[in-house]
Amino acid sequence: MEIIESTKPIYAILISFFATFLIAFAARSPNLRESWTVIAALIKFGIVMSMLPIILAGKTIEYNLLTVMPGLDIAFRVDAFSMFFAITASTLWIVTAFYCIGYMRSLKEKHQTRFYMCFALSLSAALGIAFSANLFTMFIFYEMLTLVTYPLVIHSQTAEAVKKARRYLVYLLGTSIVFQLTAIVATFYFAGTLEFIPGGILAGTASDMVIVVIFILFIAGIAKAGIMPFHVWLPEAMVAPTPVSALLHAVAVVKAGVFIVIKILLYVFGVDLLAELGLGLALAFVASFTIIAASVIALQKDNLKARLAYSTVGQLSYVVLAVSLLTPAAIAASLMHIMVHASSKITLFFTAGAIYAATKKKKISELDGIGKQMPLTMIAFTVGALSLIGVPLFAGFITKWYMATGAIEAGHLIFVGVIIISSMLNAAYFLPIVRAAFFKPLPEGEHPKVKELSGYTAFTVVPLLITAVMVVALFFVAPWVMVLAQLVVASVIGGS
Amino acid sequence: MIANIIENIPGLVVLIVIIAASLIPLVGKSRPVLAWGIAVIAAFLSFIMSLYILNVVMTTGKIRYWFGNWEPPWGIEYVFDPLSAFVLTLVSFVGFIVLVYAKKSLEAEIDPERITYFYALYMLFIGGLMGVVATGDIFNLYVFLEIAAIAGYALIAVGRRREALMASFTYLILGTIAAAFILIGIGYLYMATGTLNIIDLAVILPEIYQSKVVLIAFAFFTVGLSIKIALFPLHNWLPNAYTYAPSVTSIVMAAIATKVGAYVLIRVMFTVFGPEFELTVVHVTEVFLVLSVVAMIIGSVLAIAQTDIKKMLAYSSIAQVGYITLGIALMNVTGLTGSIMHILNHAIMKACLFMVVGAIVYRTGITHIHDFVGLGKKMPYTMAAFTIGALSMIGMPLTVGFVGKWYLTLGSLEAGMWYIIPVILVSSLLAVGYLWRLLDNIYFKQPENASELKTVKAKEAPLAMLIPTCVLALLCIVLGTFAYLPISIAEEAAKVLLRY
Repeated sequence: MEIIESTKPIYAILISFFATFLIAFAARSPNLRESWTVIAALIKFGIVMSMLPIILAGKTIEYNLLTVMPGLDIAFRVDAFSMFFAITASTLWIVTAFYCIGYMRSLKEKHQTRFYMCFALSLSAALGIAFSANLFTMFIFYEMLTLVTYPLVIHSQTAEAVKKARRYLVYLLGTSIVFQLTAIVATFYFAGTLEFIPGGILAGTASDMVIVVIFILFIAGIAKAGIMPFHVWLPEAMVAPTPVSALLHAVAVVKAGVFIVIKILLYVFGVDLLAELGLGLALAFVASFTIIAASVIALQKDNLKARLAYSTVGQLSYVVLAVSLLTPAAIAASLMHIMVHASSKITLFFTAGAIYAATKKKKISELDGIGKQMPLTMIAFTVGALSLIGVPLFAGFITKWYMATGAIEAGHLIFVGVIIISSMLNAAYFLPIVRAAFFKPLPEGEHPKVKELSGYTAFTVVPLLITAVMVVALFFVAPWVMVLAQLVVASVIGGS
Repeated sequence: MIANIIENIPGLVVLIVIIAASLIPLVGKSRPVLAWGIAVIAAFLSFIMSLYILNVVMTTGKIRYWFGNWEPPWGIEYVFDPLSAFVLTLVSFVGFIVLVYAKKSLEAEIDPERITYFYALYMLFIGGLMGVVATGDIFNLYVFLEIAAIAGYALIAVGRRREALMASFTYLILGTIAAAFILIGIGYLYMATGTLNIIDLAVILPEIYQSKVVLIAFAFFTVGLSIKIALFPLHNWLPNAYTYAPSVTSIVMAAIATKVGAYVLIRVMFTVFGPEFELTVVHVTEVFLVLSVVAMIIGSVLAIAQTDIKKMLAYSSIAQVGYITLGIALMNVTGLTGSIMHILNHAIMKACLFMVVGAIVYRTGITHIHDFVGLGKKMPYTMAAFTIGALSMIGMPLTVGFVGKWYLTLGSLEAGMWYIIPVILVSSLLAVGYLWRLLDNIYFKQPENASELKTVKAKEAPLAMLIPTCVLALLCIVLGTFAYLPISIAEEAAKVLLRY
């Protein structure tokens, strides 16, 4: 495979880092401040997309920045897999940048400068994770992502937010320091390197027992992936403003989590080693449990954001389940699902935020007839929901299809069952909301006056329509996305 | 002339500080500014000289400097190997930068007529510590240790609060016991070998490892030094001493006093007695291992229980000492490298944190952490430095704190002691616990009652205090990002000590 040395990934990471300073200096003038965010988002997207042709041509981009300690480098590598995450995050940041303006201004939130600064920083960290070439670089950005999202979670600074943010920090920082760092040290000790290599670095370096322990430490250490029982932080994080829940806790942070899980599975352990030790299957069962359990919990939540949060926990485990089946179709499905879930779930969160910004309603039981007040918003919600349920013509269908194919390929029909059951559960917790919104009457004393598309509310509604269109579009462009996925699959399977 | 000075730098590096200490009361009696000026210049020159020494040691190897050309064992010699050059540089650097900071802080915290004497004692303290590191004679080492200790008791006692006297007295008693133990150890060694020169001792001792006298000497050394470095459970003197002393004293004590103690412990264990002794004769490493582990956990837990920031940082020091002794107990190059890197980390990071505390005291007079609400807005740069120091203490990657922990963890694995790793990391997590509570107060907590807010009148620290603080904070990052250089020195030092 041809390697191209380029500093592009570094610029892609740093652009939003530099934007932080511009945002800080523009604190007095909100319009300028938000322009910086939008400009940074556009440039970041441009840089990421400019790398796409190179990657599609089968090449990789590498850059070795510096050696921090003997054996520990800060190095970047962009390959087809990185692109999945990078494109998802940088595309959705543009949309979110506009959404933020509408949401934050219509609710007259405080500390907006801090909010935009941390938001930009978290995008830097997310891309850093996407492009890291070794575990050490990845770990740096993983911790950075936790730290810079903390001020966003604690944003409202109420006693409740302080308490929940503390738990957020303890879960994410705690597991990463105690479990993940141990696993990284052990990997370094046994394998002598921390580099991500397709096919893995750990095979044959330590006894089976040790490898199993390292595996468990890694999985426990990546709490951002939300695998039970390390999912608790995610619903807590919903105390943050909705744009944060939308882009970070449905896309950047949690996708970073599953991205790293996949990366570690395929590039540290390797498909063969996982299959040999049966670790893939074990993880598949844990993920299946998470899928079902999270969906059941989601059913019981009346707070819309809480229900979406538990739905995210379940959907993240789809990604983990798919990759742990270790077959080509399943791995491809897992990569696809990063994009699919991101676009679908961000739509759903955007709608939740738009509803709150326009009507101050947070609970599902209050949403009766809301479709009359905010028809476009609720149509977008329906699109997102149908996609996650897995209805054809929406992006979610593709991944469920490939996932089921993968499960059959692997010869584990039980996971097909898991997918079917969970799809039904998805339907059970999403469809009642749609039904209530469109078919139940409004509560007495409320006018069916359309509250969308006026003032700052428009800024919240247009982005969610765009993401809803993306969800549908993704269904039709899926074959092209699969090309990218095939590149990844080809490199990690079949002894490259 | 110049050549003459360069030739004598290994001696001058300590002497200049001691000379400054004796000059200050003479010329600075009525003019504290002059006293400060002399101190800063002397400390700076000393720092430059120690950098020079470090450079020479790393390029050409060990330096032996004979005072007045008297060959040992008749005369006293200074010996610089990678470890002593490294620690010497660290001590003189912190000594210098704290002095820059000290002027404003002292004017606010101690009686004006005492300021000149404070500088004299301070220089004596630094000079003593540097002497400990430089000397190649174990009795001379004891003398310097006592010079530093006695100056230290006085530096604590000048605190304005009445508790300062009691804290100083407790430290005096325990410090004297420690000194007595060390002196007895030296006496036994002299009895058994007939020499006080460390290099000679290292040659003679292996032949008489089994001697009871040597064993007893070692026991006295270990206990005495454990008090000096405040290793759990001999840490009782430390929290009060740090808490009630003037800020400047707290900074310099927390940053380098216990570190020099750790240096002596390493020197005695690895150079004087030799690693062979601990591995084959007395199995003291197991004892250190257990005590380190307990110190790391108990120190952090007690830190969580504190509401006074100075006391919290003091207890965290007890935990951090545990990291240093852990690396010693691992008895391998990686572990010892981690230990030495942690000495560096703790010196820089603790100095930075205590400087921030000093700045808060200077502006507001508060040390109770619940009163810190709103400081993030009032003193943004100082608090940014605090945040960086805190991240380094937690051991975030790209801070110098991460480097030490990485090597300690790796060293534990190499030694086959994987069960130590959770302790190291859980202790980091406990550090998150006590530091984050503080950061929450500083940045995010809303005041319950705005009129009771004690930080209302606070403003950013004066530049003379802010700059040293920020320099240290930056160093936490620079030394953690470009860690290659300090690591190469620490690793070389560890290899020399373990005789690879």
